[in-house]
Amino acid sequence: MTAAMTTAEDIRLSPDGVRPTEPRDAAVWDLAAQVNDPEIPVLSIADLGILRAAAATGDGGGVVLITPTYSGCPAMDTITEDVRTALQQGGYDPVRVQTVLKPAWTTDWMTDEGKTKLREYGITPPSGTAPVRNGPVSVGLSVKCPRCNSLDTRELARFGSTACKALYQCRACLEPFDYFKVL
Amino acid sequence: MNETAGFTAQDSATRISVGDAITPEDLRSSGAATDEETARYALILGDDSLMLAQRLGHWISRAPELEEDIALGNIALDLLGHARFFLTYAGTAWGKTEDDLAYFRDEDEFRSARLVEQDNGDFAKTIARQLIFSFYSHELYSRLVDSADETLAAVADKALKEVAYHQDHSAQWLLRLAGGTEESHQRMQAGLEAVWAYVDELFYDAEPTPKLAEAGIAVLPSTLREPVMSRLTQSIEQAGLSIPEVKGAFGADRSGRFSEQRGFILAEMQVLARQHPGATW
Repeated sequence: MTAAMTTAEDIRLSPDGVRPTEPRDAAVWDLAAQVNDPEIPVLSIADLGILRAAAATGDGGGVVLITPTYSGCPAMDTITEDVRTALQQGGYDPVRVQTVLKPAWTTDWMTDEGKTKLREYGITPPSGTAPVRNGPVSVGLSVKCPRCNSLDTRELARFGSTACKALYQCRACLEPFDYFKVL
Repeated sequence: MNETAGFTAQDSATRISVGDAITPEDLRSSGAATDEETARYALILGDDSLMLAQRLGHWISRAPELEEDIALGNIALDLLGHARFFLTYAGTAWGKTEDDLAYFRDEDEFRSARLVEQDNGDFAKTIARQLIFSFYSHELYSRLVDSADETLAAVADKALKEVAYHQDHSAQWLLRLAGGTEESHQRMQAGLEAVWAYVDELFYDAEPTPKLAEAGIAVLPSTLREPVMSRLTQSIEQAGLSIPEVKGAFGADRSGRFSEQRGFILAEMQVLARQHPGATW
């Protein structure tokens, strides 16, 4: 099958989270990558690792694969719509936004740029990497206060304002803050 | 990297926002429609998560502290997410949506275990129920990730990481309540006593699980008994509490024939969708 004939149904993308090298596919990726997370508006879905793959179809449309951070994440609906809108405004039609579950999202996919932006926004990025399934338990690293950079912090609640965050308090400056927990 | 089972968000009968639900048509177009037996298995998994999510939602604004409102709400949200995936997948076999299955099935059509249907009781009883279910589902999903069914494996892969947090949550509260005051200790023990009769049903090999387990698709519940019970025993004894000596409840076959609670849960959960079919908000 030639590229010119492909439609969204024909395309099987690998959800590896890598920006495509083919310019016409990369253009779709770049449009989708402009969409920000509705709960953490400083981060794009590319920064978060939610954007997994993108491609242009032969019939003038675009396909985007995204993955939820948490199974019940209510932001996925908004993200789906925002990606659809971004592509439509970029002239792509039809647009297909597909959710993939495997491989499961992990905070390890968050980009370094994303982590920096998160910290500047006042949310401490995940410290350390997710444990490998059935592997050794990962060592809990200190969580740094995003305001005063102190490592003397404590967990107030493991479940925070959204599914992906925990609530911490800094013992040095006494300010509470959100921590994006390792998953 | 392998190709993946995919879901596309589109409209739903009871959508909250545009593009909310995953439809069976989307699953079918992604090649993930399933057969009758796998669907019945997915229903068992989905119904457990759905019922427990509904129960836990009641704690929001009523938990002992604000952090617990949020924690139990978050756990409920995770479970609801798991239920949506399982129900949507099951629905592909019958041309039904997740909403059809959640809102328009009657009492005797649900396959949930009675443990998750038990009323919340006090906070300690809820923690006891959480402890048992999170330990059980962690063991279940840690095996289901290797399922020959790609979609079930994908949902399990995602759920496993979330359930690890649920496990931690209940295990920590078990220790705090057991080692807290005399009152909290006594209540934690009473909470375990209250739900213990329903533990056994989790390990019942309901149809069509045995056949699917042989095909490498399902996890045979009876094989979870030993590892789950030994971990539960260890945690409970470590907390200085004792394993309840309670006889298993009668009719532990996931039929719900002897569950008084199920109808009440459904009445509340389904009323809106049934009174206003197709409602959107």
